Amino acid sequence: MINRKLHFSAWQFMLAFVFVTLCSISVYGQDATTSDGEPAAPVEATSGGDAALGEALFKANCASCHKLYKKAVGPALFQVSQRHDREWLYSWIKNSAALIATGDAEAVAIYNEYNQSNMNAFPQLSNTDIDNIIAYTDTEKPVAASTTVDKSSSSVPSDSSVSNNIILGALAVVLLLLVVLLIVVNKTLKRFAEANGIQTEFEKEERTPIWKAFVQNQFLVLVTSVFLLLASAYFAYGALMSVGVDQGYAPVQPIHYSHRIHAGSNQIDCKYCHSSARESKHSGIPSLNVCMNCHKSIGEVADATYQEGIDEYGIDYNKEIQKLYAATGWDSDEQKFVGEESPVRWVRIHNLPDLAYFNHAQHVTAGKIACQTCHGPVEEMEVMYQYSPLTMGWCINCHRETNVDLQGNGYYEQIHKELSEARGGRQLTIADLGGLECGKCHY
Amino acid sequence: MATTKKYWKSTAQLDDSNEIVKNLEQNEFASPIPSDEFLGNDETMESSSTSRRDFLKYVGFSTAAASLAACEGPVIYSVPYVNQPEQIIPGMANYYATTIANGYDFASVLVKTREGRPIKIESNKDAMYRGHANARVHASVLSLYDNNRLKTPMIKGVESNWEEFDKQVANQLSSLNGKELVVLSQTFASPSVNKIFAQLKEKYSNVRVVTYDSVGEDAALAAFEARYGSRALADYDFTDAETIVSIGADFVGDWQGGGFDKGYAKSRVPKNGKMSQHIQYEANLSLSGSNADRRYPVTPTEQKNIIAALYSKIVGGGANVSLSDKVAKSVEQTAISLKRAGSKAVVLCGVPDQAAHQLTIAINEALRSTLVDTDSPIMTRQGNRKSVDTLVKDMSAGKVGAIFIAGVDPVYSYDDSDAFAKALEKVSLRVSFASSMNATAEKCNYVATTPHFLESWGDTEIKKGRVYLTQPTINPIFKTRQLQDTLLKWSGSSQSFKDFLKETSTAAGASWNQSLQDGFYKTSVVVNDSEAQVVREVISNSAALSAMASAKKPSGYELTLYTKTGLGDGAMANNPWLQELPDPITRTTWDNYVTISQADAEKVGVINENVANGALDGSYVTVTLDGVQRKLPALIQPGQAAGTIGIALGYGQTAAIQEEMQTGVNAYPFYKNGVAVQTVSVKDAGGTHEFACTQLQNTMMGRDIIRETDLETYRTVSKDNFNPMPEVSLNHVETPVTSPDVDLWESFDRSVGHHFNMSIDLNACTGCGACVIACHAENNVPVVGKTEVRKSRDMHWLRIDRYYSSEDSFKADEETKDNVDGLGMGDYLFGDGQGDGALSSFGRLENPSDNPQVAFQPVMCQHCNHAPCETVCPVAASSHGRQGQNHMAYNRCVGTRYCANNCPYKVRRFNWFLYNGNDEFDYHMNNDLGRMVINPDVTVRSRGVMEKCSLCMQMTQMTILEAKKDGRMIKDGEFATACSNACSNGAITFGDINDKESEIFKVKQQDRMYHLLEEVGTEPNVMYQVKVRNV
Repeated sequence: MINRKLHFSAWQFMLAFVFVTLCSISVYGQDATTSDGEPAAPVEATSGGDAALGEALFKANCASCHKLYKKAVGPALFQVSQRHDREWLYSWIKNSAALIATGDAEAVAIYNEYNQSNMNAFPQLSNTDIDNIIAYTDTEKPVAASTTVDKSSSSVPSDSSVSNNIILGALAVVLLLLVVLLIVVNKTLKRFAEANGIQTEFEKEERTPIWKAFVQNQFLVLVTSVFLLLASAYFAYGALMSVGVDQGYAPVQPIHYSHRIHAGSNQIDCKYCHSSARESKHSGIPSLNVCMNCHKSIGEVADATYQEGIDEYGIDYNKEIQKLYAATGWDSDEQKFVGEESPVRWVRIHNLPDLAYFNHAQHVTAGKIACQTCHGPVEEMEVMYQYSPLTMGWCINCHRETNVDLQGNGYYEQIHKELSEARGGRQLTIADLGGLECGKCHY
Repeated sequence: MATTKKYWKSTAQLDDSNEIVKNLEQNEFASPIPSDEFLGNDETMESSSTSRRDFLKYVGFSTAAASLAACEGPVIYSVPYVNQPEQIIPGMANYYATTIANGYDFASVLVKTREGRPIKIESNKDAMYRGHANARVHASVLSLYDNNRLKTPMIKGVESNWEEFDKQVANQLSSLNGKELVVLSQTFASPSVNKIFAQLKEKYSNVRVVTYDSVGEDAALAAFEARYGSRALADYDFTDAETIVSIGADFVGDWQGGGFDKGYAKSRVPKNGKMSQHIQYEANLSLSGSNADRRYPVTPTEQKNIIAALYSKIVGGGANVSLSDKVAKSVEQTAISLKRAGSKAVVLCGVPDQAAHQLTIAINEALRSTLVDTDSPIMTRQGNRKSVDTLVKDMSAGKVGAIFIAGVDPVYSYDDSDAFAKALEKVSLRVSFASSMNATAEKCNYVATTPHFLESWGDTEIKKGRVYLTQPTINPIFKTRQLQDTLLKWSGSSQSFKDFLKETSTAAGASWNQSLQDGFYKTSVVVNDSEAQVVREVISNSAALSAMASAKKPSGYELTLYTKTGLGDGAMANNPWLQELPDPITRTTWDNYVTISQADAEKVGVINENVANGALDGSYVTVTLDGVQRKLPALIQPGQAAGTIGIALGYGQTAAIQEEMQTGVNAYPFYKNGVAVQTVSVKDAGGTHEFACTQLQNTMMGRDIIRETDLETYRTVSKDNFNPMPEVSLNHVETPVTSPDVDLWESFDRSVGHHFNMSIDLNACTGCGACVIACHAENNVPVVGKTEVRKSRDMHWLRIDRYYSSEDSFKADEETKDNVDGLGMGDYLFGDGQGDGALSSFGRLENPSDNPQVAFQPVMCQHCNHAPCETVCPVAASSHGRQGQNHMAYNRCVGTRYCANNCPYKVRRFNWFLYNGNDEFDYHMNNDLGRMVINPDVTVRSRGVMEKCSLCMQMTQMTILEAKKDGRMIKDGEFATACSNACSNGAITFGDINDKESEIFKVKQQDRMYHLLEEVGTEPNVMYQVKVRNV
């Protein structure tokens, strides 16, 4: 093991060395090109501008309503410079409302086409900025780009994975060689011994078989059977106690919704969607209009995310978004709700029996408990599953052990003062506040 | 040691030659066991395809399959909204102000909705007037989920749709040929409905509107109109009353629409040594009579005489009235207290006679009573019996071409219903606006199915100048359309009624949104001049006086028809909560009956007896009035005036009523000309009727259950005299039971956090039963049905005990008990039971007096700090909380029922059966529609567990959570239970006694405070306030 590890790190070191050298060369090259191109910049500004700078500006200012190759809230902007005069574009982007007010035919036409909704004014963009953006909008859709980009970007890590395989392969070969060597040595030694007349096989003494001895020793039998009985009772108890406990329950949902992407990668707060957890006993499965707050303009996931979904989970995320559109009746081309609404039948994962009363607001708002305490690392879950056993013992344990954070809540002020006096100033648990009483959860 | 003794089981055994005994000695079973029939025939056994082995295999396999199947949990789906309405948060309740106006009950209420479905009715405390719900209004939410409601409009008994319906009716309306179009409706008192009727009149020139109240107030309306010029009813506010004299008026109950109990209860609580005095003259023992300080059982004729006598004493006129000595003396006293109280006195009249009402008005005017409000009177009774009678004649004569019947069921509730039905058939277009196929709808060729009030818009001018709005709290469940929308459409308007209503309200000067939120608006615009055709009759006071003074007792029994707090006029008869609500006086459920006095019962031959399991049986009687004969069970009613009987209206419906709810006998045929007092004959009819009574013990037998005192004692002597603390002997020293020295128990430290207490003021409790229904609704209490109630298996978490005094007053009972001397068993067993010994005295104490004092006591779980139920539970299902509540963990309960046996208050209820989803209990819990009323915050209990009042734990916990969420302290008055919310009389106070500023803390310090059965040492968290009578 130690050997292998050492070996491995040596390879890594070599690889890292190669990588660093390569990078430094390419950076040097880039520097060279920019310094070379600089004098040509003003020329580009009139003709097209800098697409790279334009991309950044586009993402910051335009992307919430426009897409390059597809209609969103506003029209698709690919090759917009060919459809409109550049001067017209300058004035439109800086203040479209003013342009419409002048009665410009082109402007009014667009205004009417998009339900007479005004585009935001961007007076802060200079003509150069706009040129840069236009340069970006003129870039062709990279047809095979996704694969080529993938390859180029992942070339270094794929190198390392390949090398790992080679190392493992080489190790296997070495091990095989060793085994063969040992057998050969053994055989040779035996042959030498035979040739020298040394007896290698000794005659065995006559002994009672071990199982018979075991059976004859009654004490041992007793101890063993007691042990076996206890063991099976232990396991039977465990099995029976897990009846009705659905820890790990991860049903297939009608729409594959990835908490990993939403809560993990995008860091959306749990309570943005599960807003009623703050106020109500139910955390609430968000209604679909909450999804549409964002997904109105997110019809497709990023290419990398898409690929990851296909490779790692076998899920086409874009298709899942289409399911959402179908359920809400959203037409992404028309940018309108047109179809029938069809509510989604989610499979409920966390099921408490009706006899137990649980209130999210009590824990989330009053108790300031993080959602993850009970629901686990949701931000890492591609498929949501039940993290906790949700048994009464589990509830009670937490109520016994968790110290209550009473600071800053006007309700608790007096109770806290009186209780901590009574308890000699030690930290209070929920049990001290009566959190173990039957009637607090069962009524 | 061997014995030769022979033990015998009966005297027959002594006779050796007795055949039966011989037989029984030989054979264990009296008749042979039919085992041969099953096992004797070998042939069939052999030819049977199922061998013993096979049978065992089947058993084994099915057991294994069942246990395997049980291991896998069910898949539960969760379907969120696509577009969630902004105001709905799943799991949180929303409240809407609305108004019930069904023609009988009118009240402004708050409706609690969860996820868009109404689940409970609460009082609208912000509505200064008529903002409280009675038992029926509380139960009305269940009628929304009534399975017998019509689901579509009906054409000739066949389900249809609105397009077809409108087309056909429009066709028929266009071919009226000048014949009259009549609208026969309930009292709407609605400004917008009046406008719609006016529009209808414009469109179809020959339109007549007839208003009909199933239980009418014609006499009172006529008298009021004769004096004040408008067809309405005087309003009364008893808050500052000093003397209230009621002659036959059950004003604590449903007299003139009810709703007077709130002010009345306020005047009944002694403040600064003062409280109102209530004197009642009546025939039936009513709620008012039960609450009265002095009650005189008199016949309806005597009531007329009494009014004449009072009139002569207060106004003058000197009529010659012959009254019995006792009554005459009481009238004299009454007149004195009336005069003394002056403007703080009032006389109420329940005699169905215009002259009587006119004299009462004159008396109140002479007293210059400030309790009567005639300037802004009550508008909720508009019905006119005479115009209905005219209508029946006109229909028979074929003068009517079309009739719209809205909100009333005259084929059931009109006295001569056959005549009405026959006359109705002569009308070619008969449209019923009803929500179920009631008796009238059955006779109509069109039923324009109307929604429940919780699905409707509307406005009602309950009191002049105050318009109450009705708004929907749920989308219509079925394809229904309300009357107003339909009539607007038929009168050619394209406006929706909602817009129409908005327009009407805005025109009356109301802010639409604000009024909807409040539930009402005030207006000075005259919005409600009744369109009904009314003939005004004026009688002179002297003529009225001589008529009243000369009223002579008729031969035969005087029948007084009344309505129960449960069913009322019978419009909600298909509501199991109301059917199972015990009558406050007789404590009988699921029934109406003839109430008869003990003396008359003996005359007629009526027997009431308790059978082996304690249930009550009673004889049947036949009641006859002008050829109308009905057979009813008779119930002996203490306090019933001799020579009178009473029967409740509202029972005996069969159309659109589920079989279980078809209870009692229809008494409307006795309601001749809408007059509630009739002269009938009563005869024994033979046979035995089984009552379902929830209380079998009528008296307290001198026990210290309800503490009573009179105002004089309360005012003058110390607490120890009228409300002593029970004492026990400790080392021969009398020690109070609450002393820690005589306590066996350790106590919780309850000084931190909340400690809930409830106080019930026996002075303010009128026994109305609103709290019982509110408890049903809040806590998912199941309905068990008549047979189960008869077996004492009713599930009410909260009951209102009613006790009669055995002597003329409870005080006299005390004296009897104190004077008991020695056992006196011989007299009890062998004598006539009239001796002075304990057994005979207590035996007599079992029987209520002929005119008993009555006291009500709501009893729910007392939440004892030292609860006897907790110590006997073998599985610790019953345990104690630090907040004072006694917890019941249903799923821990194994059903030993030790706790119920050990409970001194008998408030624990055992689930004998699975009441939900069980077709044997076909009430609301076994169908999807009815289950919509279930409160999702409270567990629906299953079979085999004990249940009881939790002091509405779910509500107190919610209040605490809201405060925690806001990070604030809880203010006094925030904590409430379903019953304390429902009690508009203020009899139930609930709160946290650790809050020293709270109302409940103050109440606990009162001299009147005592605990039920304090001597047991249970230290309950529910307390009572001694009842004080102003005799």
